Amino acid sequence: MKCHYACQSEEHLLARRSFLGTLAGAACGASLGLPRLVQAAMPELAGKQKHILVFFLAGGVSQLESWDPKPGTDTGGPFRAIPTSVPGTHISELLPHTAKQMHHLSIVRSINTKENDHGKGRYCMTTGRRQDPVADYPHLGAVGAKMLSPEALPLPGHIHISPGGSGGSGSDASFLGPRYASISLGNGKPPQNTELPEGMSEVADRKRNAFRSIVNGHFARRRRTADTDAFTSSFEQAQQLMTQRDVFDVAKEPQADLDRYGDSEFGRHCLLARRLLEHGVSCVQVNHSNYDTHYENFDFHIEQLGEFDRPFATLVADLVDRGMWNDTLLVVMAEFGRTPKINKRFGRDHWGKAWSVALGGCGIQPSAVIGKTNANGTEVADREVDHGHLFHTYLRAVGVDPAHKFDAGGRPIPVADPAAAAIEELLA
Amino acid sequence: MTSEAEVPAVDVQKIHKVGEYKHGSPLLTCRFDPSGQFVFASAEDFSIQRWNLNDGKVTPLVGHESWVWTLAFHPSGSTLYSSGYDGRLIYWDATAEAPQPQHTIEAHDGWARSVAVSPDGNLVATVGNDHLVKLWNAVDGSLVDVLEGHTCHVYNVAFHPTLPLLVSGDLKGVVRLWDLASGEELRQFDAAPLWKYDGGFRADIGGIRSISFSADGKYLACGGITEVSNAFAGIGTPLVLVFNFETGEKVQSLMAKKKFRGKATGVFFHADQFVAGSTSGHDGGHLLVWKLDQKEEFFDFKFPDSIRAMDRHADGVRLATADPGGNVLLWKMAAKAE
Repeated sequence: MKCHYACQSEEHLLARRSFLGTLAGAACGASLGLPRLVQAAMPELAGKQKHILVFFLAGGVSQLESWDPKPGTDTGGPFRAIPTSVPGTHISELLPHTAKQMHHLSIVRSINTKENDHGKGRYCMTTGRRQDPVADYPHLGAVGAKMLSPEALPLPGHIHISPGGSGGSGSDASFLGPRYASISLGNGKPPQNTELPEGMSEVADRKRNAFRSIVNGHFARRRRTADTDAFTSSFEQAQQLMTQRDVFDVAKEPQADLDRYGDSEFGRHCLLARRLLEHGVSCVQVNHSNYDTHYENFDFHIEQLGEFDRPFATLVADLVDRGMWNDTLLVVMAEFGRTPKINKRFGRDHWGKAWSVALGGCGIQPSAVIGKTNANGTEVADREVDHGHLFHTYLRAVGVDPAHKFDAGGRPIPVADPAAAAIEELLA
Repeated sequence: MTSEAEVPAVDVQKIHKVGEYKHGSPLLTCRFDPSGQFVFASAEDFSIQRWNLNDGKVTPLVGHESWVWTLAFHPSGSTLYSSGYDGRLIYWDATAEAPQPQHTIEAHDGWARSVAVSPDGNLVATVGNDHLVKLWNAVDGSLVDVLEGHTCHVYNVAFHPTLPLLVSGDLKGVVRLWDLASGEELRQFDAAPLWKYDGGFRADIGGIRSISFSADGKYLACGGITEVSNAFAGIGTPLVLVFNFETGEKVQSLMAKKKFRGKATGVFFHADQFVAGSTSGHDGGHLLVWKLDQKEEFFDFKFPDSIRAMDRHADGVRLATADPGGNVLLWKMAAKAE
């Protein structure tokens, strides 16, 4: 679907043009370099901007081994439930560090998406809508990048941190356009192609960009369109990104913090998420893999949640301690949960019928438990919700009107599915 | 329940079912007691069930707060030792009318994955997710020694049948040999083919899922899964590695002719010069029987369902299998009685 920009106001364009012009001037030799300019803007951004931080536990984490344990039942498996910092709320013993942070978090235990397919489940949970052959909807991160990012942000507004892979950009912004698509940091490395090509000196690079600016300016004076603006904007953003590579270097964090997050890939990714949020990135998704445990579910959940627990809990505590919690919506989601029934190979299979997410921070009531499942977790017993309700809730939590309409090729599309509504009792 | 009283000559290729016990919860493991009077099985409901082979009477043993993964007996048959995912080691009077825990020991931080008893009946060994091997007094439950060295979850443990030695095998296929007198590690056996880090799934899969010595102690067998192509679906094939115990050299890799999807468990050396093991996975439960000088099995028997554990009776003829349907099935590796 071709990209159309909903906000085409003159004020908007001017503000953006003005900032980009400033950056270009700085890049062309003014004494205030880009990093300093960006740093100067940071405190203001950090103080007011809302952020979304998603933990996507790919493959489908088991709700019974995490947020909704059922020990001692026919579906409960071998793990025990442990008390948390919220009196009366228990979670799996696999999350002892997270248990100590539960007073900052809430749980929704009554999700029924009726979806057991990986791709469709992921789509539901990240867009708030079912996949539709004739329409495509933007990812929560793309919506957040558009609605929450300040124009001055020199970094991408929507970043995914993934284990492995080489990175690249996603195609998850739909009609919002590639500007809001996710930039993937494969294995936590900086975005691809943000280093000067081999043999290209900084001087030569500055000269060619200056030449490009002149030519662009000349062209724009007579034939300027939204498309040429978007092209120029992308180029400028890429240029700015190249000067910001250090933002993606988690090794710049203090050793004490590296130690607290632990010597694991996921630990480094959590610390990188903190770093990106602190530098103003609106939406960060940390992918943790993999929970698709059709075989030996319990052994694998020991390993995966064993890796997840401490860095995740450390990040929650850090966001609170650094005064970022009230401006950051955190959601731990997956494409679905796992079957209560334990299969013959000690696995659990796909299960969208009765499962959980955890969330907290910006706009979310802390310490809440919304809904419940029956005694052995096979059905939602109270306050059934689905991906649509959750999506509305996320938007409301960060101050975005779910009824706001995007212009998708001339069609007004509400940000969230109008058939659903927010979980009011979960909102702060 | 039916049974055949006489003990015929072993003929594994004539294996047939001779008994069946049912429990209302999926089963995890099973063991015959040394006297051969009982078969015990643990279940997902945290209980251990004891069936009297003579009259079929069932007695529950309740004391664990999680799944019981391994059962072992004192050579006299008097005491049952159970290790569980609650980290506990429990001593039971195996023959009592209503067995109660005699000692309940918080043995490991995390799962206690396996328990074994020394041939002289003096020591009990347990291993667990805390990477430790622990030795306990078999009578009073006091801690005797802690053997450190594993760097990941320890899956199985076995005492050498004739020497004061112990082996323990972990998730990553490292089998360590310990001197019981000094507590020192003497050597390692390399069972790495039984482990894989699946880069796609980003998790470890495998481990020493079964461990057994030959009666004379000359061979050590380790079973598990290999050639894993998809960890989260358990797509791999069963493998039993046989080591010359004295030299540490691998002498055989026992595999299946067909590409079974599953792992090898319940491995044992039989006095009739064969090695048997069970496999279970996507292709159901099988009994595979090998000659040591042949890589592939000479006999394959398909059980009616997947199985989760297999044990042999002291008579050398009978087998028990525990399955996820809650059944303990009894089998005879011999021709049917006329």
